[in-house]
Amino acid sequence: MNILRTTRVALLALSRNKMRTFLTALGIIIGVGAVISMVSIGEGAKRGVEDRFNSMGTNLLFVSPGSHARGGVHSGAGGYINLKPEDADAIEKQCDAIKYTSPAVNTRAQVVYSNKNWNTSIQGTGARYPEVRNWELDQGTYFDENQVKAGAKVCVLGSELKKNLFEDEDPIGKVIRIKKIPFRVLGVLKSKGQSGGWFNRDDMITVPYTAAMKRLMGVDYLSSIDIQAVSMARTKEAQTQIEELMRIRHKIAPGAVDDFEVRNMSEIAEGAAQATGIMTILLGSIASISLLVGGIGIMNIMLVSVTERIREIGIRMAVGAREKDILLQFLTEAVVLSVLGGLIGVFFGVGLSKVLKYISIFSQFKTVVSLQAIIMAFAFSASVGIFFGFYPARKASRLDPIDALRYE
Amino acid sequence: MSNILIQLEDLTKVYKVGETEVQALQGISYKVEKGEFLAIMGPSGSGKSTLMNIIGCLDKPTSGKYYLDGEEVSTFDKNKLARVRNTKIGFVFQTFNLLPRTTALENVELPLLYSDVHPKDRTALALSALERVGLKDRAHHKTNQLSGGEQQRIAIGRALLNNPSLILADEPTGNLDTKTSAEIMNIFTQLNRENKITMVMVTHEPDIACYARKRIYIRDGKIIREEIGREGCEEKK
Repeated sequence: MNILRTTRVALLALSRNKMRTFLTALGIIIGVGAVISMVSIGEGAKRGVEDRFNSMGTNLLFVSPGSHARGGVHSGAGGYINLKPEDADAIEKQCDAIKYTSPAVNTRAQVVYSNKNWNTSIQGTGARYPEVRNWELDQGTYFDENQVKAGAKVCVLGSELKKNLFEDEDPIGKVIRIKKIPFRVLGVLKSKGQSGGWFNRDDMITVPYTAAMKRLMGVDYLSSIDIQAVSMARTKEAQTQIEELMRIRHKIAPGAVDDFEVRNMSEIAEGAAQATGIMTILLGSIASISLLVGGIGIMNIMLVSVTERIREIGIRMAVGAREKDILLQFLTEAVVLSVLGGLIGVFFGVGLSKVLKYISIFSQFKTVVSLQAIIMAFAFSASVGIFFGFYPARKASRLDPIDALRYE
Repeated sequence: MSNILIQLEDLTKVYKVGETEVQALQGISYKVEKGEFLAIMGPSGSGKSTLMNIIGCLDKPTSGKYYLDGEEVSTFDKNKLARVRNTKIGFVFQTFNLLPRTTALENVELPLLYSDVHPKDRTALALSALERVGLKDRAHHKTNQLSGGEQQRIAIGRALLNNPSLILADEPTGNLDTKTSAEIMNIFTQLNRENKITMVMVTHEPDIACYARKRIYIRDGKIIREEIGREGCEEKK
């Protein structure tokens, strides 16, 4: 018997009991569907994280104060207050792998416009902030180098804050008050969307860091320096240059612990992508268990089916079927079952992934159906059929024709 | 070219049932010529079913030799025996043994699935076999919608499909009424006379056995008597 003929015989046998065939395949359908939809949720989360980091700019680096220890007590990151605007200037001027720097300080305060007020995050930045953060303006202009030097009382609004204070009114040129100090609005940033659920990046306001330090906070140190490297390829080099320069500027002896910390965005992004990758694997493997259970279901039904069809097996043997023919027939039935189930499961899984975003609790997940997951789940289901179909098929083929013919 | 189809030489068969050994056949020697019509008779437990299984290549003898059409099939392995069953032997059973929920045509086609016949020729062959048993119009009926006699005729059609040199019938009329039995036996007689197909039939009904030209009686695994022609049948008429 060749494969085509065997498949035909198997299809015929399966079509004789359609309900049972469907129920047997259901396990595989659900298994494959679950694998594909779970992996697509994981992939979607991964893609989401990647997008978010890409929108921040992947050639971004941060210098922040390190943790300092005195008498064994660590202060935690940011304990030093030694990061100065001069460090930022020096980095921009002396490191050739660096394009822009933007010193940063931040605080929170109440922002007031006419009869509305809103508590929001105040970001003190340099004039290059939009370039460094890869963040465009929706309207107006950003403050320039001169305004930063002068510590001018100007500001740029995040889109969320603009909506809360101005609604549909044009904010450009209007004066708002931060800690009772008047600031003139120069522009509005484009919306970046939610970053993590707990922090809305559009609910903020930027002012020149000089103004924030002098007028709003009364400090002379920075909370961090945002830096853009010339290119993504040179971020590692930039990091080394910054570290070397900072060690010299902060007079740190060789071997001593740095009083600052340099992190780069691509590392952070990689870490986050890895974390969501692990989530994908986890979801996928949990779903694979259902695929395995589906396989056991096939074995179960095939065993029942072999027992039920002992006589048929006897007849087939009497008219000339060899052990191999019977083995192949039942194995093919199992494989056809699992492959059919797998196919339906693929459609089911892809459909589920598409529908998932309309269900409220999943709506925050983007789902990305990956071809890889489809192929893997499908191949796995087919091999499940072979694996779990083999035992019943062998049992059938080992029957003695005389006993099989006489079986009641 | 020898005229002998079946040649049995001192066949024995021993079954093991638990610890005890059962001697089902104790030295059977017999020859069946081509075109012969033979009935095997005997009480249950006499070993006639065992003999039938060995002749049908479903089982192998413990010792002795069995030549079918000049080949020593008693030395064949399982796969070769399956091949012999497929090409040389047609079976007809007491319980018909048709596939349930399957059409008459598909049932008749069954042996061809395991032969080298091209799929295109299969249906034509199966239809002509059905015609020979007078059931061409029932080709697409499911077997469970047919009467016992019709089912047995389909089984005969299936047995005929590979143009066998031998048809083995195991109590072929055991589940049929007298009238249908006669119909089936007439088909057998016709096949034997017109197509020169050798018939070997197991039965314990004397009037059915009398359709055969030769009858052998088996008891305790041995042939105890042979009758030829109408010998022992006359008084029934």
